[in-house]
Amino acid sequence: MATVLEMKGITKQFPGVLANDNISLDVEEGEIHALVGENGSGKSTLMSILYGIYRADAGEIYVRGKKVEITEPRDAINLKIGMVFQHFMLVEPLTVAENIVLGSELRRGPFLDYDQAVREVERLSESYGLKIDPHAKIQDISVGLQQRVEILKALYRGAEILILDEPTAVLTPQEVDDLIEVMRNLRAKGTSIIFITHKIREVLAISDRVTVLRRGKKVGTKPTSETNAQDLAEMMVGREVLLEVKKDKAEPGEEVLQIRNLVVKDRRGALKVNGASLAVRRGEILGIAGVEGNGQTELVEAIAGLIRPESGQILLNDRDITQWSPLRIKQAGLGYVPEDRHRRGLILDYTVAENLILGLHTEAPYKRRFGLQDFRATKDNAAKLVEAFDIRPPFPHQPARKLSGGNQQKVVVAREFDRNPDLLICAQPTRGVDIGAIEFIHRQVVAQRDRGAAVLLVSAELDEILSLSDRIAVMYNGKIVAVMPVEEADEHKLGFLMLGGRLEDYQAGGGNSVAG
Amino acid sequence: MLDRMKRIPYHVVLAPILAVLLAMVVGSGFILTVGESPFAAYRVLLQESFGSMRGFATTLQRATPLMFTGLAVAFAFRAGLFNIGAEGQLYIGAFAAAWVGFTFTNLPKFIHLPFAILASMVGGAIWAAVSGLLKAKFGIHEVINSIMMNYIAYFLTDWLVTGPFQGSTMIPETKRVAASATLSRLMPPTRLTTALYVALLAAAIVYFIMWRTKLGYEIRAVGLNPTAAEYGGISVARITVAAMAISGALAGLAGMEQILGLNNRFIQRFSPDLGFMGVAVALLGKNHPVGIVLAAVLFGALQTGAAAMDRLTSVPRELITILQGVIIFFIAAEYLFSRFLKVKGEA
Repeated sequence: MATVLEMKGITKQFPGVLANDNISLDVEEGEIHALVGENGSGKSTLMSILYGIYRADAGEIYVRGKKVEITEPRDAINLKIGMVFQHFMLVEPLTVAENIVLGSELRRGPFLDYDQAVREVERLSESYGLKIDPHAKIQDISVGLQQRVEILKALYRGAEILILDEPTAVLTPQEVDDLIEVMRNLRAKGTSIIFITHKIREVLAISDRVTVLRRGKKVGTKPTSETNAQDLAEMMVGREVLLEVKKDKAEPGEEVLQIRNLVVKDRRGALKVNGASLAVRRGEILGIAGVEGNGQTELVEAIAGLIRPESGQILLNDRDITQWSPLRIKQAGLGYVPEDRHRRGLILDYTVAENLILGLHTEAPYKRRFGLQDFRATKDNAAKLVEAFDIRPPFPHQPARKLSGGNQQKVVVAREFDRNPDLLICAQPTRGVDIGAIEFIHRQVVAQRDRGAAVLLVSAELDEILSLSDRIAVMYNGKIVAVMPVEEADEHKLGFLMLGGRLEDYQAGGGNSVAG
Repeated sequence: MLDRMKRIPYHVVLAPILAVLLAMVVGSGFILTVGESPFAAYRVLLQESFGSMRGFATTLQRATPLMFTGLAVAFAFRAGLFNIGAEGQLYIGAFAAAWVGFTFTNLPKFIHLPFAILASMVGGAIWAAVSGLLKAKFGIHEVINSIMMNYIAYFLTDWLVTGPFQGSTMIPETKRVAASATLSRLMPPTRLTTALYVALLAAAIVYFIMWRTKLGYEIRAVGLNPTAAEYGGISVARITVAAMAISGALAGLAGMEQILGLNNRFIQRFSPDLGFMGVAVALLGKNHPVGIVLAAVLFGALQTGAAAMDRLTSVPRELITILQGVIIFFIAAEYLFSRFLKVKGEA
């Protein structure tokens, strides 16, 4: 096999961070090369250099044996390098075909030759086995299909080296399977793929070789067949990691949270939770599995008092909290790690210490007489939590913005867990968090359960749901469609239910087709 | 305190200074076109505004109302609100102070003056609170609704001074306020009054509220991230109204200074856009009380020096307006510049 791409000694310095330190990478023709590492390890920087978004301070790039200078994305495209970003760059009201040809449109006189564009897209989609309707509008198709459009866009521009930046982060398990299929087809056609991810399972499932980065340095490149999950995790983190969550069997007590026939509309007035009922007991973790956008966000925000439900009832410790304010619910015993720490969980320009009292700032010891803020208490609290939750760097006076994603999340977790709440809601607790911090947060969640908290876990990561939960509820289209003990759940069953399949059908038909 | 100081990034201090210096360079170009030496013109300007105690007192007098309106705009801004209605709040506060001043004429000064000052704050606060309520309850953007409130304030006071409260003459102004409600002059014959002390005290109080109290914690939280504030149990609606009301009280004080310190009566449309200048002062002062005091002094100095420059050189006083505009331009450009740097720097 021929080497199509070589990056040699790439170094990139950002103010205060050496993002890439003498990194070398080579990719062969028709290879799926996984590029893995924790957040901040330098994967995205390295690929941004390859795609011409950043310029390296030092190092050389060779494409098909020739030394090249890539100063802007156009150079990369001309070298037949394509990139699919995590955040899609599509024009929502336009059709698939229009999006694919956008920027290099086929013309007939001054007009777009739409029919020709459609034929081109059909030809591409056939030859690579990427099924798509060229006439569908982007806003009407699923995220998985939108990603497919992005891939087609790159192929249309002639990409032979395709960079996929964390492509599975936004997909459901079934869509991940489809993507893996697509990647195999591309490989068979001779396309080289650089696959950025931090999910070890995916690396093992599809890649030919894997390169691991850690803190801007290359740890090594190995053929995937010569490595395993434990080995990769240790290469990524730099120490031994426990991939499995250790926990004893749950000993659930009385019901702490009861939800009855809850109906919630989002801020735009769309019906999001449509008659959901649910109960969480003391000493258990109830996981909610579901494709994002099926009402999980609104369900959780309604419990926290952030959205007023249309109807239905929410009971916390047998008290009806449906109409209570967020503050009152918090004081009644809710701990809540919100799904979006930047939007909800943290005030990024506040210091770590200030963030660690958000929501507690109305009470003693943080509030003194005459509405004064107690700095000593704020400082002592921060010192205690920074130590207990291993928040790094350990400077309570630093703005939260300066922390890594994992450490930002630890700030939220520290604040919400330290109060030992009766009900603990963890929404996407490990999103965008690196393996070391995931391990830590998972242990803390289990510790809260063992202390006697009722834990409601919402996660898009099925692995996380399966490894942490004692019971699993599946949410689809605003309803809780199934609840089962974790022993009865597996990835395919949950995936089937998440896409609207019915439990009876799954048991009957083995889950091969999705109804409804 | 010390680590708070240490955490102020240097560009926060450097940028306004740079903006002023750059503006002076641009101003030099204009001065050259009228055939004068920029050095000579600026020297006259500085001489007049800082060169003598009397000039300096005038500078401070002109700076005083700008401190109030600057603080007003900055206070709302910290809560994420753009209070462009300071001008209207100033008028209402001014009228309230004047009304107390000419109505309760047999009170002793130590009661009458604080009463009139308080009235100006209440007037401004109520006017601004209406804007806050419109935003919090009905989602009407505060920029739009406070501009509307400005017009209501103009025409309301127009009517008051030409109708029910017109003084004896045909001039559209009220009666004079009683001597017991006027501010004492600090350095006659300049018109610098104890309002300066009130302004400095107000700056200290703003600092204290903003960084030492629960209310300040909540206001800044709402300004920086309203969704996170809501999550933290803070009522965004309540903070919106409270921040606007306090902002309005500060704007009202600017009106008070004009009435009780300068004009001693409410004259129709007396304000030379003090409320709008407050936006510029807050911007240049980086929404920090210390910065605002300094920015207000700078603007006061420019206005003081303008007359002398007009008189002693062939540079027209309008140059000062140009300088003010250019300063704001560079401050705004610095925002763009730093945003640009940030985007480039993030991985």
